[in-house]
Amino acid sequence: MTTSGMEFFVEPSRCIGCHACEHACAECETHKGHSMIHLEYVDRSQSVQTFPMVCMHCDSPTCADVCPADAIKRSEDGRVMTARKPRCIACSNCVLACPFGVPKMMSEFDLMMKCDMCFDRTSTGRKPMCASVCPSQALFYGTREEVEELRKRSRIVNEFQFGEQTIRTKVVMVVPREAGVSRVDVTSAMHDPPKGRTIALNILNLNGVE
Amino acid sequence: MADKPHDTERTYPDGRPLAEQPQWIRDFPTDVSSDHGLARREFTKFLVLTSGAFVAGQCWIVGMSVFQGEEDFPEKWIANENDVPPGGVVEFRYPTDNDPCLLVRLRNRRLVAYGQKCSHLACAVIPQPDQDQLRCPCHNGYFEINEGRPIAGPPRRPLPLVKLVVRDGGIYATGVEHRTA
Repeated sequence: MTTSGMEFFVEPSRCIGCHACEHACAECETHKGHSMIHLEYVDRSQSVQTFPMVCMHCDSPTCADVCPADAIKRSEDGRVMTARKPRCIACSNCVLACPFGVPKMMSEFDLMMKCDMCFDRTSTGRKPMCASVCPSQALFYGTREEVEELRKRSRIVNEFQFGEQTIRTKVVMVVPREAGVSRVDVTSAMHDPPKGRTIALNILNLNGVE
Repeated sequence: MADKPHDTERTYPDGRPLAEQPQWIRDFPTDVSSDHGLARREFTKFLVLTSGAFVAGQCWIVGMSVFQGEEDFPEKWIANENDVPPGGVVEFRYPTDNDPCLLVRLRNRRLVAYGQKCSHLACAVIPQPDQDQLRCPCHNGYFEINEGRPIAGPPRRPLPLVKLVVRDGGIYATGVEHRTA
């Protein structure tokens, strides 16, 4: 198989917020005009830092677990696919459940659509659209050896903590080598007190602020 | 493709394997290779379309019998009137060679003719003019001989009635009436 050994690496610290990935994704013929990738702003009042969010393709896909219509399926190589059109009832459960905010409800089609790591491209050995245009290689498609060679000061993490659930993903995060975490806690930001002069909306949880 | 095993089986939030998961999770597996391929909506669609096809078929059959025009039958000579005594039977084929028919002169000298195929499963009926009936030997079906209507056994419909005309001493078949009741 042409895709063996190839993996998708996301390195948020390299993202420059150019939105090229979103536009490249929207160019794809299978979902023309609709981008399946989105940029997140980490803390917009304090920083210009953005990070791109593709589907992480969880081993234990929460979107599929909450689907009442049995519409979301995981392919042979571990990709979580767009909901099946004959089954999807457009209930948006997956949109609410995904810890990464990936599924998109396309109300004009009554269908949930999501990033499938460019199944049409990667299955023939080509890079996903977003990784092919990313100018800073925040989105990188290649082998693990390539990444270790290119990113001497980084290491890779593909474990995420989502509440009490640990998720292992097919897509890999590249984090600084000295970062002292073994897994990324997806929900921790919800409980962090706001930093600096950020206006906090959840004023009941301001424990750490003087 | 669907039969190919997964590179990695999916895991579950509580960490236990699929075999230890509750029944409702085992009923709806996430992996493509173990998917049942039939969902409720597809099944419902199949039911609706199939029953719709049956309804349309019934309507078509009704329409066929309602709007079917009179068929044009050729006139065909069967026998000379004098050659058929009371209780006598003449076999003939009408309107085509694949439609065996019976001409019977009843004991009251009336002439009747019916298609020979039993209305049940198309066995050849045997005329019994002395008992005023026709008998189908396959399943013991009986038709009375004056009208060709079923009187016993599996047949529910009368035999096809062949219309007769007697002219110049000859007996002619002029039409066939397929009766339903």
